[in-house]
Amino acid sequence: MDQTISFFSGFTIKDVWFLGEAALRTLWTSVLSISIGTALGVIFGWLLHEGRILAALTLAPVLDIFRSVPLIIQLVLFYNFAPIVGLNLDPFWSGVVILTIYTAALVANVARGGIEAVGRPMRRAARSLGMSYWQDMRHVVLPIGGRAVFPAWVGVALGVMKDSALVSVLGYVELLKASQILITRTQEPFLILSLAGAFYFALSFPISRYAAKLEKRWAQ
Amino acid sequence: MIEIRGLEKYFGALQVLKGIDLDVRKGEVLSVIGASGSGKSTLLYCINGLEPIQKGSVFVDGTDVHAKGTDINKLRQKLGMVFQQWNSFPHMTALENVALAPRIVRGKSSGEAREIAVRQLKHVGLEDKLNVYPSALSGGQQQRLAIARALAMEPAYMLFDEATSALDPELVGEVLDTMRLLADEGMTMICVTHEMGFARDVSDRVAYFHRGVMEEIGPPSQIFCDPQSEHTRKFLANVR
Repeated sequence: MDQTISFFSGFTIKDVWFLGEAALRTLWTSVLSISIGTALGVIFGWLLHEGRILAALTLAPVLDIFRSVPLIIQLVLFYNFAPIVGLNLDPFWSGVVILTIYTAALVANVARGGIEAVGRPMRRAARSLGMSYWQDMRHVVLPIGGRAVFPAWVGVALGVMKDSALVSVLGYVELLKASQILITRTQEPFLILSLAGAFYFALSFPISRYAAKLEKRWAQ
Repeated sequence: MIEIRGLEKYFGALQVLKGIDLDVRKGEVLSVIGASGSGKSTLLYCINGLEPIQKGSVFVDGTDVHAKGTDINKLRQKLGMVFQQWNSFPHMTALENVALAPRIVRGKSSGEAREIAVRQLKHVGLEDKLNVYPSALSGGQQQRLAIARALAMEPAYMLFDEATSALDPELVGEVLDTMRLLADEGMTMICVTHEMGFARDVSDRVAYFHRGVMEEIGPPSQIFCDPQSEHTRKFLANVR
């Protein structure tokens, strides 16, 4: 193979596979951070709702920081400074940790909105039937509030999936980083970025379609 | 029997109930009338413990509603409540709305809960709406659904908090008819209401509330024909 003596070489079918693997890493990063982040975010949202003043003074400012500071800064800071406190995480896990907290910070407000979307009269009606606090939460607040904020949550999830591209700054070879590598080698940015874009689209589209279907079913 | 002794209730600094003493016997229908803000709805919320009280006590069949050790969720099963806003669960069919609490609170099987729900929906005349979502029901139908939902817990008492106030005028009748039906069946009821006709025809006693005080209580003939209190007289003159 004479490729070893050439800096640049053309785009081959093997590179699609390379991109595909990177897309899987993007998917994996996103699935992990979105699911753990959502679970945490729901707990935070509940704390914001129930904790009132105390939560507004403690939890809310922390979440605000993670929501407001650009993700790329959070990633670089965390990756470089976590080892000082003894956390030696590789780029993948550093990325997942930050994306998870970021998701949780966004979902917390969505979840609080969901709880508040179920008005006091509705909750009193549930409690008047003898339901406990948690039965009311499980059977009334979760389904009603969840549906109300589901579109907002899908928005967060799709956003986080795209933002996961920023983990590339830590050297983790996910979809965007893989495209950059290929562009450097093949000098074909248009083709490769289009392909990478198509991969992102392929990851997001089923989610938004499925979400739209669910919303339609609930709207009856 | 519901026994209320020296009940006082504040919202912040505002006192909304100023020492209420009231007994409601089994089988009795009590209507509570009075202007908005007179504390009559708050009274209902204090009876089933949805609002904490600051002084006095409420006993339901001998159980202190506001005592620390009281299992309030168990006690509330005795006290069905219907609200001004019907609050049907929008994500469930009429049948599921009614069957939910029997299943998760009373621990009935899905089959039993379904049977109870069908029976109660028939009771309020919604037997042809079993699988309909609340959004497809009229306000009057949703309010009857709320009544069926409360009845499904087989309560000993029913509390009605202005059950017809949020309804379009032409839908009031069907809800009042359902309430009348329950009264005829011997249900113990406390009805906070602005429907003077209902209060006069259906109740055993009528209580008039004025600024957190139970100004007057007596049979409808007394309240409507021979009110003893000046406030009662003025109120009735205005609503007629």
